[in-house]
Amino acid sequence: MDTYALLLAATLNAGTVLAIAGLGLLINERSGIVNLGAEGMMLVAAIAGFATAVQTGSDWLAFGAGALAGALMAGAFGVLVIWLNTNQYATGLALSLFGNGFSAFVGIKYTQEHLAARPHFSVPLLGDIPFIGPALFRQHPMVYLTIAFMGGLVWFLYRSRAGLVLRAVGESPESAHALGYPVRRIRLIAVMVGGALCGVAGAYISVVYTPLWVEGMVAGKGWIALALTTFATWRPSRVLLGAYLFGGVTMLQFHLQGEGVAISSQLLTMLPYLATIAVLVLISRNPVWIRANMPASLGKPFFPGS
Amino acid sequence: MLQLEARPAPSRAMSLASPLIALLVTVLAGAALFALLGKDPSRGLAMFFVEPFRGANAVSELCVKATPLMLIGLGLAVCYRANVWNIGAEGQFVLGAIAASGVAMHASADSSHWIVLPILLAGVLGGMAWAAIVAFLRDRANASEILVSLMLVYVANQLLNYLVYGAWKDPDGYGFPQTITFLDATRIPRLFAGLRVNIGFVAALVSVATFWLFLFRVYGGFQMQVGGLAAAAARYAGFSSRRALWVALMISGGMAGLAGAFEVAGPIGQLTPYVPAGYGFAAIIVAYVGRLNPVGVLFSSLLMSLFYIGGELAQSRLGLPKSLTGVFQGVLLFSLLASDTLINYRVRWHAAHPAHPVKSPAA
Amino acid sequence: MTTSTRRSVLRTTAWSSLAIAAALAGCTKKEEAAPVAASEPAAASAAAAPASGASAPLKIAFAYLGPVGDGGWTFAHDNGRKALEKELGSQVQTTFVESVPESADAERVFRDMVAQGNTLIFGTSFGYMEPMLKVAADNKGVHFEHATGYKTADNMRTYDNRTYEGAYMAGVIAGGMTKSNTIGVVGSIPIPEVIRNIDSYTLGAQSVNPKVKVKVVWVNEWFNPPKETEGAQSLIDGGADVLLQNTDSSAVLQTAEKNGKYAFGWDSDMTAYGPKAHLASSVNIWGPYYIKAAKDAINGTWTTGKVWWGVKEGAIDLVSISDKVPADLKAKVDKVKAGLKDGSFSIWKGPIADNTGKEVLKKDVVADDGFLGGIKFFVKGVEGQVPGGK
Repeated sequence: MDTYALLLAATLNAGTVLAIAGLGLLINERSGIVNLGAEGMMLVAAIAGFATAVQTGSDWLAFGAGALAGALMAGAFGVLVIWLNTNQYATGLALSLFGNGFSAFVGIKYTQEHLAARPHFSVPLLGDIPFIGPALFRQHPMVYLTIAFMGGLVWFLYRSRAGLVLRAVGESPESAHALGYPVRRIRLIAVMVGGALCGVAGAYISVVYTPLWVEGMVAGKGWIALALTTFATWRPSRVLLGAYLFGGVTMLQFHLQGEGVAISSQLLTMLPYLATIAVLVLISRNPVWIRANMPASLGKPFFPGS
Repeated sequence: MLQLEARPAPSRAMSLASPLIALLVTVLAGAALFALLGKDPSRGLAMFFVEPFRGANAVSELCVKATPLMLIGLGLAVCYRANVWNIGAEGQFVLGAIAASGVAMHASADSSHWIVLPILLAGVLGGMAWAAIVAFLRDRANASEILVSLMLVYVANQLLNYLVYGAWKDPDGYGFPQTITFLDATRIPRLFAGLRVNIGFVAALVSVATFWLFLFRVYGGFQMQVGGLAAAAARYAGFSSRRALWVALMISGGMAGLAGAFEVAGPIGQLTPYVPAGYGFAAIIVAYVGRLNPVGVLFSSLLMSLFYIGGELAQSRLGLPKSLTGVFQGVLLFSLLASDTLINYRVRWHAAHPAHPVKSPAA
Repeated sequence: MTTSTRRSVLRTTAWSSLAIAAALAGCTKKEEAAPVAASEPAAASAAAAPASGASAPLKIAFAYLGPVGDGGWTFAHDNGRKALEKELGSQVQTTFVESVPESADAERVFRDMVAQGNTLIFGTSFGYMEPMLKVAADNKGVHFEHATGYKTADNMRTYDNRTYEGAYMAGVIAGGMTKSNTIGVVGSIPIPEVIRNIDSYTLGAQSVNPKVKVKVVWVNEWFNPPKETEGAQSLIDGGADVLLQNTDSSAVLQTAEKNGKYAFGWDSDMTAYGPKAHLASSVNIWGPYYIKAAKDAINGTWTTGKVWWGVKEGAIDLVSISDKVPADLKAKVDKVKAGLKDGSFSIWKGPIADNTGKEVLKKDVVADDGFLGGIKFFVKGVEGQVPGGK
């Protein structure tokens, strides 16, 4: 019984990284821009966050550094894609590849560093309830912040004026422009906020999840976060669900190995990726559903004045 | 203030100058980095741009490294021209290597040298099969080819591990994860004794010519490009977008698989867990820097190969970190993308900005 | 269509002019080539005749799998290299290349090392075996040393450490310190060396606590901290409270620290990474072997073969044993160490059965190196099967 509580707790932890990045990318894509550079941004943010944590000893400053790194990289991407109208896919890939090399380069000095002992967290009272306590209430505050943020994002997108404008820009930038909204500036803000969130996710990996720096430590989570947004048909609550699902399958495959289950470990390692494909297929199969949910201008360049 | 102003027509001069500008920016950034790291910038740059050409062996290594990049890059160039974003060439490369190994392992002591042909064919079919999954899911279920092909890369790697740790493991190999070393008959013939460059390089050059003809002289190639540039116009003209999708993925998957077959039956000589070397991803840069043009891909694959080998030499001779190669490649691609805008836009200084840009951009 | 043809022609001109410029630049650097070429004949003659102490220093090169700062496998090798430099001073000149991939690229690196005049070359990972063999075949005058492999040549020998001895001693401590009677191993890749380590860990634990059970998870990589963390977490969630690792980073130890459990350092002393969780570190000490190999090359006494050193030769040790370990347990470990040093104690001595119940080593039979090299089974007490079948 205890094992399952712990498995649930591990799932929440593993899923939070994907959730934060996924929500950031969702904001990005809602404005109509695809940023394939998620992996690169997360890597640079990871080393920025880790270096800050080593120098200052503060987790929250580290998250801030990560957010800043992500926002800056996203800003560079945004200028290229929004004002210079470069191809979004290629520019995003360039960002990923650059981020990979740059983070490894900058991080050389930090591979032997380590952080002070990680504190334990537990929600008072709730953390002590049998089963549910260890399962749900002994996480790092960021896990709960993520869930709160998701709620805030839902309110923002569907109940606030600003959110409506953002969605309008994503659906039809030409109409928004005709109405007088500064489409390009809105898109840049969305891209930078998305980048900042990917940065927080990256810092979470190197400061909380695995308190180390190693090159390439994001290990594909940025790409999976990208898959999540499609997976979730661009709805925040579903991004969270998908993130926890993926995190759960990842932890489950280790759990099964530990139990001595006779399926080869390589086949088990394939599980999370096959699961993503399966859900993608199921969701995409209905073209009407996709068309109804996907921001219509996603990936297409916008030329004001045309 | 500085403003971007659309040109009436794309500037030909800029489209030539742009890659040179990008290269210059990269070189300058590199020199600055070397200086920052306390190394002599001219020696550092020499490692990247001069040393890899010195001697027959060095040039041969350049070609060996460029071969898979060229093969995969050509396939991706066709694919991206059709607006099909195959990011999973790495997975198709692995499947090609697996299929080729499967055939190679059946060779016996008295197999003739011609077994190389079925090995290469198996590689092509393996890569195609893996890409077919992507095509099928996009065709039938509308699933994004970017995400499916990427997820399949991870699956392909695990499949490779499953085979080399289990069913295909060398029984005399002390339990280490690798297949038998392929017999001599299966080895890709080399071009010159003592050098590693093999007919794979020749195949790549032939492919450059073939693809150039396909894209610019054959009706089918024209159809695919129109489909990629203006989907509505293509539909109106009766070009099947379904066919374009399948052709694009089959070609890029087949080329990636062929590259995998050449690697595994050539320089490596067996199937190991280390076959996935990232060529599938590097080839994306190669295709893009080559402007999706076969002749461009020829040069950009040599350039990319130069960066790789230069990075190794900088490491072993100057003690510079390995991650420099990645930084170089990223800066190159970024600067290329940025300077490419100058093809379609002009930079102008305006005293007061007009309400709207002077001319609308060509559609 | 002519536009693109002309563009391609113009592009060809542009690139060729660049190439010509580069070649011209190359001419000015010709002076650099001279010393490199000169050392080649020098290297050949140095290898042919035993060099006297006053001649040019022996040029030694190391190829590392990971970054020197990994705090684990490569870090230990680099420490060995530094010890070599300290001991032999001006008689040797060492260089290293890190993060050399175990693929076709490795061959290029080794060839470049030879071209740079190195006559003693160390490849510190299994995956360099085939590339080294190829380069060795083409360069008979150069000595090659391959770690953890099994193929040799006239000018290439293999060397390895009996890491299983360190695993056994760690197991002794684990068996005594566990409260849940379940301990765990985060395994890297299911090769005989790692399986042997898991088995030895189990045997060591069972020697003080026959009831102990061992759980294993496989990361399928040597080095992937996030995956190692997840693997370690799942072992802890499954009830294991003392962890061993065969992977190269300190992630497992850090995860144990986070969860208030125990773990061991591996390859290098990892005390600093998890002060509360760290019980001991099983370390690889490569210095003594590297010094011997260099001396062999200098004195002309280098021969091929397979070298497997352990606690006896000072290549393996269990260090930094924490104060949390009770004195009687420490005494047991010391007794094992002494027994391994003087040869009176054998870890792999029958009766030993695998976890299906089959007897693999009869009573009082001591396993030889051949048996040890081919271990593909889990001993009794380890849960699960070895991946990849029998």
